[in-house]
Amino acid sequence: MTPNAWIQILAFLVVLVALVKPLGAFMARVYEGQPCGLDKPLGFLERLTYRVAGIQPDQPMNWKTYAIAVLMFNLLGGLVVYALQRLQGFLPLNPEHLGAVSPDLAWNTAISFISNTNWQSYSGETTLSYLTQMLGLTVQNFVSAATGMAVLVALIRGIRGRQTDHIGNFWVDLVRSTLYILLPLSFVLALILVSQGVVQTLSPYKQVSLIQPVSYVQSTTNAAGKTMHQTVWVKHQVLPLGPAASQIAIKQLGTNGGGFFGVNSAHPFENPNPLSNFLEVLAILLIPAALCYTFGRMVGDTRQGWAILAAMLIIFVPLMIGCVWAEHSGNPKIAALGVNQQSSALMSGGNMEGKETRFGVTDSAIWAAVTTAASNGSVNSMHDSFTPLGGLVPMWLMELGEVIFGGVGSGLYGMLMFVIVAVFIAGLMVGRTPEYLGKKIEAFEMKMATICVLVPPALVLVTTAIACVTVMGTSAIANPGAHGFSEILYWASSTGNNNGSAFAGLSTNTPFYNIAGGILMWVSRYFLIVPTLALAGAFARKKQVPVSSGTLPTHDALFTGWLVATVVLIGALTFLPALALGPVVEYLHLWH
Amino acid sequence: MWSQCRPAVVVFVVLSAITGLAYPLLVTGIAAVAFPWQANGSIIKNSAGQAIGSRLIGQYFSEPGYFWPRPSATAPVPYCSYNGPLADCATASNSGPSNPALFAHVKRRVELLRAADPAEKGPVPVDLVTSSASGLDPDISPAAAFYQVNRVAKARGLPVAEVKNLVKQYCQGRDLGILGAPRVNVLSLNLALDRLSSAQAATGSKPR
Repeated sequence: MTPNAWIQILAFLVVLVALVKPLGAFMARVYEGQPCGLDKPLGFLERLTYRVAGIQPDQPMNWKTYAIAVLMFNLLGGLVVYALQRLQGFLPLNPEHLGAVSPDLAWNTAISFISNTNWQSYSGETTLSYLTQMLGLTVQNFVSAATGMAVLVALIRGIRGRQTDHIGNFWVDLVRSTLYILLPLSFVLALILVSQGVVQTLSPYKQVSLIQPVSYVQSTTNAAGKTMHQTVWVKHQVLPLGPAASQIAIKQLGTNGGGFFGVNSAHPFENPNPLSNFLEVLAILLIPAALCYTFGRMVGDTRQGWAILAAMLIIFVPLMIGCVWAEHSGNPKIAALGVNQQSSALMSGGNMEGKETRFGVTDSAIWAAVTTAASNGSVNSMHDSFTPLGGLVPMWLMELGEVIFGGVGSGLYGMLMFVIVAVFIAGLMVGRTPEYLGKKIEAFEMKMATICVLVPPALVLVTTAIACVTVMGTSAIANPGAHGFSEILYWASSTGNNNGSAFAGLSTNTPFYNIAGGILMWVSRYFLIVPTLALAGAFARKKQVPVSSGTLPTHDALFTGWLVATVVLIGALTFLPALALGPVVEYLHLWH
Repeated sequence: MWSQCRPAVVVFVVLSAITGLAYPLLVTGIAAVAFPWQANGSIIKNSAGQAIGSRLIGQYFSEPGYFWPRPSATAPVPYCSYNGPLADCATASNSGPSNPALFAHVKRRVELLRAADPAEKGPVPVDLVTSSASGLDPDISPAAAFYQVNRVAKARGLPVAEVKNLVKQYCQGRDLGILGAPRVNVLSLNLALDRLSSAQAATGSKPR
């Protein structure tokens, strides 16, 4: 690793942590209904929405009503995204005259975007009209993120509630998250991105003349069954355009990750230079990190939030450094072919297959770790071509359950499930009733937390097994040997934890992968949201237990370490055997 | 349960209108006024006003008198950014690190570069033999550009020092001194090279 790699890692972490408190405090004000500054210019939109919708903003919901509202709103969103894709050929803002998307792909994409996964079996520029991108996908980029944040806030209200049925009003949490947090941040980021070269237009694709025309040989079979070869000259390049910057800003900020173009943030029109890259990668972790502070503020003890953020960083930073180190090490078999992979002032060096020159291996590896720690899943390099250990890092970060930062809202409520498990185990050790923030952890709470912790790994491992032993699963593999297994494991880990990044060699635009992936994304999102809300309801009904000498402090270094151990142990025990069959075998194969 | 229907529909419609129409259209409008060149693809035009490329999107060069870009896995030709609906275009090789096809590809590319310039015996810079993530990478590393200077100068009949100077002019360092990696924009460099050649031809100092 070069000194510059260390400086870039440090710069990223310093800027991120510096923004946690200001943004976290701002979000706490938004959710507490306090004046936040933006309610002056945008408040009329909020009040108008409530009036037309017949919402009483000060009327809170019990957990069941809250859950029904979440599910109904998301179901409606899914239907609209599906319909837009199927009907786009008849709708406006389609300058390239793209036709209807196939039913299985449209189902996969609809679930993918409402569940904040943004797995993509398609390339945007060849499949979706500008209208579908804007009114279908950009909208879900906002509201799926806001849904995750709303569920987190409901859980926080449950934790601090005192013998009440109420955990807040979903519509208010949803509207305020969108209007006061996601929209202003996206607006600013989108304009900065355009200034750097990200496209933003409704014009059709642009054709340019090539400086040097290129030819290729086209083989066709004629009616007599004879193969004909014909040289075709290509004199033009068609540059896809579209309203990209506005979607890319929220795709990063809302941990969505669905690219406007097929190659996502590796496309120069989506991520034109290292500065845009820094802002995009920072935007991924910004809200998930700041929500830790919001949590602390809302439960009345900011140390609780810092402790959770510290636990996330303790797991994340070594893994990120490991990924950067692995990619800088390069590929021994390529070095043997007379290739220079040594990093210098004149080149990035390292494992450059599937990476862009302007980012080099450092920015590519930082992005890979960040996008999989968060459930973002956008990419600026191709994870399929990472070195075995460099590819293991993003895979395992997803398999930890998307709780190391994770999705906006969903990452922290997932982490709070691990906190409950950690508190419970600690309580068993010392023989006391476990409690967290004054709430006793009893059988029902443990059941809900266990569901949330164990459903995703079970889904991932079972689906990987099914795909590995069926032709419809294995026929999609692009790379031979252990790496082929890694491609399937990565796919299941990504969709089963709502991440959305891919080992993209796997050809997943098939009915099997589209349908199975849709089910994985749907279950791992909503089968976690409902138990989380049930837990919020159960907490809200409980009495507050006063702190005593027997209370386990949950804000100190000891507990932070304990939480780290819990997350890592569960993640390691569940996935080490599978990882050993994929990346570890490949590593041994390549280096020895 | 049904009491939540009306809020669900109304909130969905209002938020769709705000985030799916008003917001992207507002950004498009501001971009069209403040950053019209960037918002429309950073298009480069020649002196006749014809669009000949984008500052941000790479083009394929294979003639010895041009600097070559990185390998590109796009189909049907390298650096194809769009080839009609449902045709996968901008793409990567997605070759795994132990895939024999990757090693064969790198080997062929090394041989091609060596054959084009037999005098150059040093190891080949890695970015010149590996495919990019987008298949549209506009840049190569400065090391990869300097590696090609002798071949380009010979093919064009230009002094090596002059071509090397041109490359130095077009080298970009890291953004803000620390971000990203050093790079050279291949299309800009090749256009400058064409200008240099025609200037030389006009003064008649050196035959092309």
